[in-house]
Amino acid sequence: MNAMDKGNKFIMEPAGAESTAAQPQPRVSRYAARSKVYPKLGHGTFRNVKWAVMAVTLGIYYLLPWIRWDRGPGLASQAVLFDFANQRLLFGPIEIWAQEFYYVTGLLVLAALSLFLVTSVAGRVWCGYACPQTVWTDLMIAVERFWQGDRNAHMRLDSQPWTFEKIWKKAATHITWLLIAVATGGALVFYFRDAPTLAAEFATGTAPTVAYVFLGVFTLTTYVLGGIAREQVCIYMCPWPRIQGAMLDHDSLFISYRDLRGEPRGPHKKGDSWEGRGDCVDCKACVTVCPMGIDIRNGPQLECIQCALCIDACNDIMDKVGRPRGLIAYTTVSNLENATAGPRDGLRIVRPRTVLYSVLIVLVSGLMLWSLLSRSDFDLSVSPDRNPLYVVLSDGGLRNGYTVKIANKLESKRHFKVSIRGLQDVRPQFIGFDGTDPVIDVAPSEVRAVRMYVSLSASARAQLKSDATPLTIAVIDTETGIEASRVTTFRGPAE
Amino acid sequence: MSGQKHIDEVTGVETTGHVWDGDLKELNKPLPKWWLFVFYACIVWSFGYWLVYPAWPTLSDYTKGYLGYSQRGEVAKEVADAKAAQEKYRAAIAADSLTDIQKNPELLQFAIAGGAALFGDNCAACHGRGAQGGIGYPNLNDDDWLWGGTLDQVYTTINYGIRTGNPKAHDTAMPRFGLDGILDPAQINDVANYVRSLSHLDVDAAAASKGQAIFAEQCAVCHGPDGKGNTELGAPNLTDAIWLYGNSQEAVMQSIRTGRGGIMPTWSERLDPVSIKMLALYVYSLGGGQQTQSASASTDRSASTDTAK
Repeated sequence: MNAMDKGNKFIMEPAGAESTAAQPQPRVSRYAARSKVYPKLGHGTFRNVKWAVMAVTLGIYYLLPWIRWDRGPGLASQAVLFDFANQRLLFGPIEIWAQEFYYVTGLLVLAALSLFLVTSVAGRVWCGYACPQTVWTDLMIAVERFWQGDRNAHMRLDSQPWTFEKIWKKAATHITWLLIAVATGGALVFYFRDAPTLAAEFATGTAPTVAYVFLGVFTLTTYVLGGIAREQVCIYMCPWPRIQGAMLDHDSLFISYRDLRGEPRGPHKKGDSWEGRGDCVDCKACVTVCPMGIDIRNGPQLECIQCALCIDACNDIMDKVGRPRGLIAYTTVSNLENATAGPRDGLRIVRPRTVLYSVLIVLVSGLMLWSLLSRSDFDLSVSPDRNPLYVVLSDGGLRNGYTVKIANKLESKRHFKVSIRGLQDVRPQFIGFDGTDPVIDVAPSEVRAVRMYVSLSASARAQLKSDATPLTIAVIDTETGIEASRVTTFRGPAE
Repeated sequence: MSGQKHIDEVTGVETTGHVWDGDLKELNKPLPKWWLFVFYACIVWSFGYWLVYPAWPTLSDYTKGYLGYSQRGEVAKEVADAKAAQEKYRAAIAADSLTDIQKNPELLQFAIAGGAALFGDNCAACHGRGAQGGIGYPNLNDDDWLWGGTLDQVYTTINYGIRTGNPKAHDTAMPRFGLDGILDPAQINDVANYVRSLSHLDVDAAAASKGQAIFAEQCAVCHGPDGKGNTELGAPNLTDAIWLYGNSQEAVMQSIRTGRGGIMPTWSERLDPVSIKMLALYVYSLGGGQQTQSASASTDRSASTDTAK
């Protein structure tokens, strides 16, 4: 008896597994085929909440690009437009330039923190109600039910041979899915180009190639992920179920079967005593409504997106058998652990992590709001020359060069003047302009770069304290008097 | 092999039938079917590829393929497109005078950007990437110009070069006072002291006062009686803070002993006229450019704002 006797199984078996069988055994595949989920239509509070969330989120998604916003003649009239061609993000009255993309970063940080907070308080509500994968899957399932019937009818249809009825019902389902997918992909593209214009272009076949490409890509993802892959996306593709474990603790809400109350489970006939048995009548209502195809009574599972449809289903049954609702309910690990010591369904919201997330949310939104409110309608950047750092002039003076960029964020031509502070007796010089104090015109919604030289005479060099003296370059709008300034340096030789 | 299958007793898997060291056999593990089909599909695909794209070398050329595609052709097209896009500006630069270009901000911006690229390709080897120069190669950022710093003078210097033999090139050189025996070493020392005293450097006062007379006799012809130089002759200003070959006593004596005569190519023999115009505008924009009397008198603010539209 030696290792070779284990034959080809040694690869498949975990280390330490004892097998002394001399005969080769059949390979056990670790691949499990997907068993199709046939979720039954539920009714109740949470189902209604989910319909409402679906209506609101899909409504926003499909209709937002069509909301108009008057910005003036010749300018984009779409309220929300990601205008990549002109490097602008338009949100109603707010116009974000490419160099202000940090606002978008801030929004994403805020979204992440909000997700953390909500998850630490209420568990996977994002997964259960608002995630696009959940919402579109829910929509696709509703379509499937409409054409092929609810769970039982659908299962019967699937087990039938390919009759005409089965073919047309399947075809109708897939066609409806594809129509929804096209609408979804189309709506996404509308965010990037004026919606009515693009719609007309789609109708006449004259839209830009990139629009068709993205329409195709998002049609495909909607159809495949929402219609076909469904729960597998959450189970196998999505990283979030793995990550959110870090936000959950004993006081986070999650949906659980109360096994203390439910067990031992078993069928119950009307009139029988409830003594000595659990409330669970093993009707499997919670299993049949589950869009993830799991049994909530097996305890917390990664697959569970916490959509609460099993709560509705179980409450319905409890009402029928005359037991209290809440055999399956939102609860916390603390509550479950304390259940033996008597009912205690408290919810501890104020915890270190929720406080931390809330403080961060307030900080980030405060910072963004402050930055947005104090944002100027023109912007300035100053970059000093680095090669050469400075130039010695014939009279022994010094000269530094700067590139000054003025961004005019308004839709009108504006005039600016430059002033220099921090050093006395400076001689400015502007390439392409005459005089030492020229008016610089900046076209509407444009950035203008101006080469600027600042010279100090030999006698004025005495005021330089080191090889890099701070220098402030300010730009003033000649009409409004509003100023923007940047601190840069004036360089000279090391003394 | 006899065509008979060899089965490994332990695993029940067919072996290749080869035996090493008496008992060592190799299990026959063929490629997965899907892999094999992908491989065959690639073979089929390659025939299409041969037809459509460049594929086979011939004796002197290669098969071009149905699409006639080549990466080199793609680059050539991009370059041609870029050139076509620039043509409008290049034509305007060719037609306009330097001062007209200066008054057109869009054209000036194009010329300066193009000049910067040309400078990097052609001039930076000697003058440095930032035009800061070095010993013997003038710093083009400062306001000291051997041959004049107005736009036209800069253009002329670039166009014809310095001491290249071209009839229109700047062509005066400083005599070799020491090597040719015009001055003896003691006199050179005296003159060097005097020259350095002109820009208030520490000198031997006695030697400097002796050197003053020699300067008036030998040097003032070109450098001027006050030592302020002459851009007509390329004679540097000796009273300022800028020294092309250094301001140490030894460096100045060396200049007097061996003379100086740096060379710059006649760029009109190497570059097209538009390029030279762009280079002149770029060098002029480096900050040391001098305005001509008439130009500075004729400009005022209103003119500059009008042209900035």
